[in-house]
Amino acid sequence: MNIINFTPLSALTGGLLIGLSVILFFILNGRMVGISGIASDFLISKDNRIDNLLFLIGLILGPSIYTFFSGQEIEISISNSLFLLIGGGVLVGFGTRLSSGCTSGHGISGISRFSLRSIIATITFMIVGILTVLVTNIL
Amino acid sequence: MNKIVSLFCGIIFGIGLVISEMINPAKVLGFLNLFGEWDPSLAFVMIGALIISTPLFHLFKNKEKPLFSLNFSIPKNKEIDKKLIIGSVFFGTGWGLIGLCPGPAITSIALLNASSAIFVVSMFIGFYIASKTN
Repeated sequence: MNIINFTPLSALTGGLLIGLSVILFFILNGRMVGISGIASDFLISKDNRIDNLLFLIGLILGPSIYTFFSGQEIEISISNSLFLLIGGGVLVGFGTRLSSGCTSGHGISGISRFSLRSIIATITFMIVGILTVLVTNIL
Repeated sequence: MNKIVSLFCGIIFGIGLVISEMINPAKVLGFLNLFGEWDPSLAFVMIGALIISTPLFHLFKNKEKPLFSLNFSIPKNKEIDKKLIIGSVFFGTGWGLIGLCPGPAITSIALLNASSAIFVVSMFIGFYIASKTN
């Protein structure tokens, strides 16, 4: 194992902001953040639809507000394989709806509550994610 | 007031994803590449989020009600069932293939990137299929 591109400080700073968002949403609105829940409920359920939509709009405004204040452009590197993008997207949507949570809902909100369900879900998707990268690197 | 909170919390969350670089699939795949050239950064995203949310959650969970809403809504399901495991396996596979999970995927729509858009539309199709089949 070699360690590369390690940026602990920016990762920690971003994480603190995510934790702040999760806890404010709980203390003020009484709900635990899970983005797969917010997004899929917005699609499927009438409950809290406006709140869910506003949260999603907030997410999408985030990068522009960051760029406006920092003056830094955001660069990402993503696959351009149509097959993988569609397959990966459907797997992520189907899987997170089936297990009622994703990286935020299980990984942060659930673990904050010491939920055994969320701890098991997080360990499972982490291990499977690591194995998937291992396999795609070999192929 | 809770509408403003929802928007504000979304913005803070989105900025957190940008600063931590979780919005960048290459960064996420670097984190999942444990057996190759490993980038441990994203473990610190989780640590950063949990050191804020964990103590404050336990401090506030026994309060009577949230500030701008009638009651707390905390997931009650405690069952470790097939849906939880199978769903997490599917999610982990999709996450490992592309490097996007739901939050960063939706946030990255702002970058007007065709790949992100295709991924997000597919993800919503996945939500819909899961809601119809379960």
